[in-house]
Amino acid sequence: MARIRAFENAAEEASKGGVAAFGAHLGDAKVRGPLHLSTGQEAVAAGVCIHLSKDDLLTSTHRGHGHTLAKGASMERMMCELFGRATGCNGGKGGSMHIADFSVGMLGANGVVAAGIPIAVGAAHALKIQQKNAIVACFFGDGAINRGPFLEGLNWAQIHALPVLFVCEDNRWSAMTSTQAMTAGEGALARAKAIGVPGEQVDGNDLLAVDAAAGRLIAEVRGGKGPRFLHAITYRFKGHVSVDPATYRDGEEVARALLDDPIKRAEAGLRPAEIARIRNEAEEEVRKAVTAAAAAPWPNPTAAYTDIQDTGSGRWRG
Amino acid sequence: MARMSYAQASCAALARAMRADPKVVTLGEDVGRGGIFQQYKGLQQEFGGTRVIDTPISESTILGAAVGMALAGLKPVVEMRVVDFALCAMDELVNQAAKARYMFGGQGRVPLVARMPGGIWSGSAAQHSQSLEAWFAHVPGLVVVAPGTPQDNCSLLGAAIGSGDPVCYLEHKELWVAQGEVDESLQVPLGKARVAREGSDVTLVTWSRTLEAALAAAEASRLSVEVIDLRTLWPWDRDTVLASAAKTRRLLVAHEAVQVAGFGAEIAATVAEELGIRVKRLGGPRIPVGYSKPLEDEARITSERITQALAQFN
Repeated sequence: MARIRAFENAAEEASKGGVAAFGAHLGDAKVRGPLHLSTGQEAVAAGVCIHLSKDDLLTSTHRGHGHTLAKGASMERMMCELFGRATGCNGGKGGSMHIADFSVGMLGANGVVAAGIPIAVGAAHALKIQQKNAIVACFFGDGAINRGPFLEGLNWAQIHALPVLFVCEDNRWSAMTSTQAMTAGEGALARAKAIGVPGEQVDGNDLLAVDAAAGRLIAEVRGGKGPRFLHAITYRFKGHVSVDPATYRDGEEVARALLDDPIKRAEAGLRPAEIARIRNEAEEEVRKAVTAAAAAPWPNPTAAYTDIQDTGSGRWRG
Repeated sequence: MARMSYAQASCAALARAMRADPKVVTLGEDVGRGGIFQQYKGLQQEFGGTRVIDTPISESTILGAAVGMALAGLKPVVEMRVVDFALCAMDELVNQAAKARYMFGGQGRVPLVARMPGGIWSGSAAQHSQSLEAWFAHVPGLVVVAPGTPQDNCSLLGAAIGSGDPVCYLEHKELWVAQGEVDESLQVPLGKARVAREGSDVTLVTWSRTLEAALAAAEASRLSVEVIDLRTLWPWDRDTVLASAAKTRRLLVAHEAVQVAGFGAEIAATVAEELGIRVKRLGGPRIPVGYSKPLEDEARITSERITQALAQFN
């Protein structure tokens, strides 16, 4: 969690002045483009991914740095990717919104809401067909449950009894609009249960609670019982993107949420010396990652023409 | 006349249409907050949540519901956020909106405007940077508009809302802050190009954000370049393009969309068929748009690239 927080803070700092969201001018910041931060949501990534091995697979959202780190990706290669460098995990092609590290089973963040759900379901289907002893963790946000792929993906996973844990990381905001105002019925878990997918709702800012619930559900998934659903309630500390001041939110709501910081809660069970050590290690790691990323080489422009397709490769104009 | 941004110009046009016609409503994600580019700023305050409708992240139902609203008598203006997200609503657009009038024997019409901002948006990578206008131009039943200036984003949005047909309205993500003088009462019909610069040696047809680069390249060229801002891709203004090309005897079409099967091919082929003159195309290479700047730059159509293409005419 400390590593995720440190990474998000460093990414935010490196993006200042450089984000072109809301039509603002793009400066020469190290991190370009829309940056979706998971600050405040760290307990969900950490509490779920602690139960995953390298062979397990994961799909994520546009807000995917935390999941990627928790799945075991290299912080330095991730920061290089955000800096657009050739040494990034995607070679600079994807950036924050498409960050992926297949070497640790992280099949990609996604720029399209809910798009990861059918992909996770298909990956789980492949694991089942190949009789592999692994599962898929599928992270998505509360906004995603109002898109069709949510229904279609859960239904598919259930009828095929696929090894997938669906994790609705509910930060209560769909971009700039309150999810509550846009969502009918009892919400994510009720919808999952209506399709027959069992699950639990958990305080997503309580690391131990997430850990316990994810542990139970993942054990069932690994036991061949089919898909399970974890609805983790958390809060998005920052705006939709880093340049969004999120002034549309109620000040008291935000203040209350900031007091309920999942990292502070997790630290409550630790000795001061341990807390200091964990924080220092995370800060040191991210400092090294930023230094390495800033010094890393840019992709050669010829890389723009590679990894597209083999058939017809080289015919860029016609 | 007033100086305003491309975003403000469209907002003014929509407000004007909503004041004039209670049938006009607008719906999409975050429109009540003014939209992510502030192109809906103040509209919910003026017209209320019944006519400026915040939606869930449900692209297929945003567009599908707009088809239903249109068939039931309203004129919805829907926000797709970026054209890349409109791909989540292709059935509703292509199989439903574009076909309903014809399939049902003319019993109903679908007067909706689908705003789907396109083009490269710095640092936004492959899923937020596409130019897909040629897809829509290929579909019978759809109108395709790509405004390149604040004035046109005011006038053409008004024309689109009034057209009575489903319109794919492709604003450019990097033009929102572009400033210009706007006459809110100026009417521009759909299907009418604008000669943005007169010339006698080469006709340079373009649209949307590439207009700016085309004008810069025209200034820098030793040739006398006539620049045509097509503005509407379907129906496109054959008369203006053919008249200019008949005069200059050379045609270059430049657009940010991938060159292969881009709309430039349609224009170039038409001009070659009609006039038998030299035609050239300049579009993006057939690559996804990369995140890193050196990769993103490969996909951009700059004035330097247009200059190079113009230099090949001799």
